Amino acid sequence: MSDVSAVLIEARGLKKVYGRPGDKTGFTAVDGIDFQVRRGEAFGVLGANGAGKSSTMRMIACVSPVTEGSLRILGWDTGRDGARIRARLGVVPQDDTIDSELTVRENLLIYGRYFGLSWKVLRERSARLLEFARLTEKAGDAVATLSGGMRRRLTIARALINEPEIVLLDEPTTGLDPQARHLLWERLFQLKQDGVTLLLTTHYMDEAEQLCDRLVVMDAGKIVAEGTPAELIARHTLREVLELRFAPGERQVMIEKCRGLAERIEELPDRLLLSTDNGEETLSAVHRQGVQPLTALVRRSSLEDVFLTLTGRSLLD
Amino acid sequence: MTAMPVGAPTGRAWTMVERNLLIYRHTWPVLLAEIFEPMLYLVAFGVGVGLLVGDVPGLDASISYPRFVAPALLATAAMNGAMNETTFNMYGKLTTDKTYESILTTPMSVRSVALGEVLWALVRGSVVATVFLVVVSVFGLAELPGALLVVPGALLIGFAFAALGLLTVTFLRSWQDFQLIQLVMLPMFLFATTFFPLDVYPRPVQVLVEVLPLYHSVELIRAAFLGTGGANPVVAVAYLAVLGTVALAVAVRRLENTLRP
Amino acid sequence: MDTLARAFSAPAFRELGYWLFRYRRTWRGSIVISVGNPLLFLTALGLGLGKLVDHGNSAYLQGHSYLTFILPGILIAGVMQTAFLEASGPVMQGALPRGSYRAAASTPLEPAGILYGHLMYWTLRAAQNAVLFTCVSMLFGTVDPARAPLLVLVAILVAVAFASPAAAWAVTVTRPSQINAMFRFVVLPLYMFSGTFFPIEQLPDWLRRLAWLTPLWHGVDLGRTVALGTATTSGVLVHLAYLAVMVAAGLYVARRTYRRRLYV
Repeated sequence: MSDVSAVLIEARGLKKVYGRPGDKTGFTAVDGIDFQVRRGEAFGVLGANGAGKSSTMRMIACVSPVTEGSLRILGWDTGRDGARIRARLGVVPQDDTIDSELTVRENLLIYGRYFGLSWKVLRERSARLLEFARLTEKAGDAVATLSGGMRRRLTIARALINEPEIVLLDEPTTGLDPQARHLLWERLFQLKQDGVTLLLTTHYMDEAEQLCDRLVVMDAGKIVAEGTPAELIARHTLREVLELRFAPGERQVMIEKCRGLAERIEELPDRLLLSTDNGEETLSAVHRQGVQPLTALVRRSSLEDVFLTLTGRSLLD
Repeated sequence: MTAMPVGAPTGRAWTMVERNLLIYRHTWPVLLAEIFEPMLYLVAFGVGVGLLVGDVPGLDASISYPRFVAPALLATAAMNGAMNETTFNMYGKLTTDKTYESILTTPMSVRSVALGEVLWALVRGSVVATVFLVVVSVFGLAELPGALLVVPGALLIGFAFAALGLLTVTFLRSWQDFQLIQLVMLPMFLFATTFFPLDVYPRPVQVLVEVLPLYHSVELIRAAFLGTGGANPVVAVAYLAVLGTVALAVAVRRLENTLRP
Repeated sequence: MDTLARAFSAPAFRELGYWLFRYRRTWRGSIVISVGNPLLFLTALGLGLGKLVDHGNSAYLQGHSYLTFILPGILIAGVMQTAFLEASGPVMQGALPRGSYRAAASTPLEPAGILYGHLMYWTLRAAQNAVLFTCVSMLFGTVDPARAPLLVLVAILVAVAFASPAAAWAVTVTRPSQINAMFRFVVLPLYMFSGTFFPIEQLPDWLRRLAWLTPLWHGVDLGRTVALGTATTSGVLVHLAYLAVMVAAGLYVARRTYRRRLYV
């Protein structure tokens, strides 16, 4: 671990086309992307459903062959050295693929056996990981009795059984309640402190801001932006957003009056968003125009604004 | 960081058996049911219908009807046990439970998963066959130790049908398709000389029956059971070995495409 | 009479409509199976095994060929088996938290309406199977066309007699393995030892008495005596009474278990 800036994952012109082998006319999920992930960083992949995040993750996990381009992990080629790479990865898939026929502890043990670890090592590690995932009391229970948050924690504990260098997390907190999300973030942060490289996809912008050192935004199989969360916000939005709501009858008139008050104005069915460097000033300007909104809200620009600016607002699937 | 030894892929297959052994610690009564069913058939047909039949025409008078039926039921049990494991149970793990998806994120290969499931089908098949054999020999329907040859016979049948099941599961589109499997398995069970000898049929039908894999399985087990040798067991062994090997090879290739799209 | 009126109430027909709607996807396969199964069983057992049995010339068959003997047995036992399968797995699934019964129960449908609607579906399915089976057996020339409709009616009665208690039990079940166990350890033995494949008269005395107590024997014997024209008034009355009690008791319990399971 001497070289902290060592590149662990490197994709060049990475492409994934689903269809018959050799036939390149199928559905293109990932359309030629380049990125690098360095040792010890938390790298995020953002994107709406269908943007190509999961396909990218599956290629990195060496469970889905690369159609075109190159993907090197830990210096090895994913096509040739899949098993060797997988031995050093931890994978937390989007759906919890816990073995429903086994108990909580047995899940950790058998999964470790797939890595060729000895029972002796596994007994010790599983006890430690159950503690880490706060599942020690549940060790002998059937997995069907676990709550959503517990299942997620078990999946993460399972991904750590081989003491991986890189952990891949595909939408780790989707569907969890706030308590469960915060506990999970805390555990992930702890992993990062321990020097584990994290690669995660999410469509929660607060999660990306919390966890990621660097991230890319994907749209329709391509990378449309890259940088730290702060860089992206600075580059793609103004500092603040003013949100205005109007009574349905006067909405159109009010919108006309607001024209030219901000650098960028976005009309939504229920709201008007004005991007600006100073929200309060813009609000005063709005009032001076004689516009009386039902509600007015000034807030800091977030990654969510970056995301919607870059990928548009219409549903993708 | 621990460096992970990357063993031979077939060595890993055994972990699939370990997984199933852990599960069967809780669900072993399933195996009991698998032995119970052929026993029911043996009592109903071997004994019940056997009383109506009397001597089997065209067979040695020393071979009573129950002795004729018992080996066929054992062969069928070996077939069903193996097929169930690699079709029904495996389809559940492929679709509903997505068990393999997480297994394949480890260094396990598709090949070791497939071989592991077949290996497991063999382990449980040999248990079922041995218990069945012991029970029927208590009732004097088989003579130990000669009939012990039945166990390797059952293993071969288990291998052939586990591989065939593995191939079948790669073609299934939904749970509905299990009706189609039934549509093949049921007539095979009824016609593969389970309940009556081949010479009941006219010659053209005999040829059709002789093509069925269960027919060869029954031939094999019956020869071991009754201690009759002859050329047929050799043909049966060759038939089942080739069938199993080819099915397994094709199945692994097809599974590779399903599991690693 | 109250029960009967509620059984054919409009809400029950809505539930029937749901199952028929689902059946649109599987009816082709089910018809292939209802025609294929009798063809296979009658050919293999009636004609194939029949050669051995007829050669044995047992007095217990009273001069009938084995094919003639087992035909009603296979029909009745088969209908029983289908009734159990249809009224166990789908009922359990329906009553599970994400099951179709739950959706129905959140509409004005009452648990009893759900039960009766589903029961109508099983009845229709049994009628379909029995009619197709009887048509196929005519090909073998062993069923008198005049007695065929009666045989179909007996088959439908047996299906309802088994579906009702099966549903009453299955709605309380939460694991498929329980249904598997019930099938293997109860339904399958009934299937094989109720005079389906061999006359119970040849059993030892105590076993024969035991067989008389089992429900399927009453169905099989009723179907067989009707098909062979050997029915006696007293025999028919006893069989009908036994099956009627099964229907009544099954529905009585099912109404309660459905209500208890769906309205927690």
